[in-house]
Amino acid sequence: MRKILLLCLSLLAWPAQAALTVLACEPEWAALVGELAGDRAAAASATTAFQDPHHIEARPSLIARARRADLLVCTGAELESGWLPLLLRESANPRIQPGRPGHFMAADFVTLLDKPQRLSRAEGDVHAQGNPHIQTDPRNIAQVAGALAQRLAQLDPANAAFYETRRADFARRWQTAMQGWEARAARLKGVRVVSQHSGFPYLYQWLGLVEVAVLEPKPGIEPSAGYLAEVAARLKAKPAGMIVRAAYQSGRPSEWLAGRSGLPAVALPYTVGGSDQAGDLFGLFDDTLGRLLEAAK
Amino acid sequence: MFKPSLFACALLASAGTAQANDDLAAIRQEIAEMKAGYEARIAALEARLKQAEPHPAATETRHAAGPDRANAAGFNPEVSLILSGEYARRDGRPERAITGFMPAGDSHGGERGFNLRHTELVVGADVDPQFRGYAAFDLADAALEEAWFESMALGEGFSLKGGRFFSGLGYLNERHPHAWDFADTPLMYQALFGERFRQDGLQLKWLAPTETYLALGLEAGSGGNLAGADGPVGAWSGFAKIGGDIDASQSWRAGLAYLSARPKARAGHWEDANGDEVTSVFTGDSRAWIADFVWKWAPQGRAKERNLTLQAEYFQRDEKGALACGGAGTLCAAEPSDRHGSRQSGWYAQGVYQFMPRWRTGLRYERLDSGTLDFGANNAVLDRPDYNPDKYSLMLDYSPSEFSRIRLQFARDRSMQGIGENQITLQYVMSLGAHGAHLF
Repeated sequence: MRKILLLCLSLLAWPAQAALTVLACEPEWAALVGELAGDRAAAASATTAFQDPHHIEARPSLIARARRADLLVCTGAELESGWLPLLLRESANPRIQPGRPGHFMAADFVTLLDKPQRLSRAEGDVHAQGNPHIQTDPRNIAQVAGALAQRLAQLDPANAAFYETRRADFARRWQTAMQGWEARAARLKGVRVVSQHSGFPYLYQWLGLVEVAVLEPKPGIEPSAGYLAEVAARLKAKPAGMIVRAAYQSGRPSEWLAGRSGLPAVALPYTVGGSDQAGDLFGLFDDTLGRLLEAAK
Repeated sequence: MFKPSLFACALLASAGTAQANDDLAAIRQEIAEMKAGYEARIAALEARLKQAEPHPAATETRHAAGPDRANAAGFNPEVSLILSGEYARRDGRPERAITGFMPAGDSHGGERGFNLRHTELVVGADVDPQFRGYAAFDLADAALEEAWFESMALGEGFSLKGGRFFSGLGYLNERHPHAWDFADTPLMYQALFGERFRQDGLQLKWLAPTETYLALGLEAGSGGNLAGADGPVGAWSGFAKIGGDIDASQSWRAGLAYLSARPKARAGHWEDANGDEVTSVFTGDSRAWIADFVWKWAPQGRAKERNLTLQAEYFQRDEKGALACGGAGTLCAAEPSDRHGSRQSGWYAQGVYQFMPRWRTGLRYERLDSGTLDFGANNAVLDRPDYNPDKYSLMLDYSPSEFSRIRLQFARDRSMQGIGENQITLQYVMSLGAHGAHLF
């Protein structure tokens, strides 16, 4: 009898354990929610660092998660346009629909680069609003953190002060870390790189790297052997220092070109979880710089 | 959320009564303490909230009104055009009925040569914050395929769909033809529905707030393309779907559905005991169970390079009612009518493997069991074939991008007794415009 009652009371108390259920589209936003909300939010990511966030399926497990979410944190700028609209519809969850406070798109809070000149599917996977891979510049993370903390407070006003404290703490630590990264990365400035996918304009802009070629003939279109040979020929005239790809991408095109040109091929973690060292947002940039510096030796 | 559990607790607590008396005082004490604790916490939180309030949401709202709106695909309404067509090589036949199965819907799949099957224009958009609307027109047949609204704001996991829609039963039924893995629907769908089951009616769906995906649905309507379905509710159906992930590479979904229809004067063709063609008219009840299962694998969830999908569906259908047959110069010349009962079943299983980016191959095997057929007094008049139709299909397709696909399919079709037919289909499917993703 007593046990039943205690069980019931603990059931009632259940929602107090994590105030918010958060579904992030990519691991970096789940990690950022963790930094800002600690144990007040239970955050899960819809994709892993080894999946291409353009292309996943609205699987039953994701629909079930979206159904229960109070807050959806995604990159936006059409990165998830292949699966998120369907996931939102199937979730039958009004709280996270576009226009509601539970619908947070990080790209709305940063300035996007590479807005395409021509909108056509003949150009491959182009995004009308600009390049969506914003997480590779820590200054973008800082900007999104501010907006996200406010959103958390709006959705869970009871913990507003808590979120504000954590935001201020994160901002301070992040600022210090960024100064460290920028000092370490000074010698990367002006280094010429080849990218497998145009997924790094924000990283390059931050560090002053120069992209001289992209291995995909059009965004999202896999390079053919012929196209790779063409790039290799071009690199003879305009040499580069390294070939960069994200952890989720197939290593074949970069490795092929690396074998042919003798350039080092670097797999960057790209997001939290993309390497053993990239266990959180700080580790992500530590490891990214470590790998770039190693290749630029 | 709270209320049902509170209510359940009250029930449980009241069920205990007598022996609980000595515990009661202690429990009351405990509850009072917890209540006091919570009240103190709430007061503290309110105080902190007051403190926090001077921080305005100004910077955020400035952005929130901004450019996020280009979502689904940047168009309102989202319009897409599906270009689809095929060249089909098969024998010329006046009729292609599956032996032992009375046609239950508009039959498809007999086209030969070049045709534009499933060329569609699709329009969809949010109507307002409450509803979403969708319509699909079959341009080759000049027919309204689908036209429905769906509620988006009911909450608690409920959604309501109304209009003309493809039923949520089974696995393949809801999938758009351009997302099919083979050029045609399996024999079991052809036997049950002609092609797929379409309702003019309502669908209520509920998604459970659980870790594991669990969806329940109930549909009622005119019976749509189930030939001759009749009554205020010509057909209703219920379904349950459950699914989840096994690990980062594997996920699955299983479903069970029940369909009850009341065909009235459903016309079809049959053979009499001499093998002459007669017409049949059935009125009665038709009930079917459909089970489906799908399992998908992609290394670490990266389906773009390699992936494997295994799927299977099974049905069993019982029909009871009255059957009349007719046909001048046949055994049915006197138009005899009597009770009719049947129990039939069937299944298909298929595997589709993407062995390298853009290239997939697939194999499907299907088999129907004509089961028991009872025509009562007409058992001597009508043919009662003892035959199990089956078919193999093998396909290879190439997708230059996610928006285009070219497919070659070879099939060995033994759905008609005494005929083994080799079929070759060359098909293209392309989608233009705001084309969204497909269901799992």
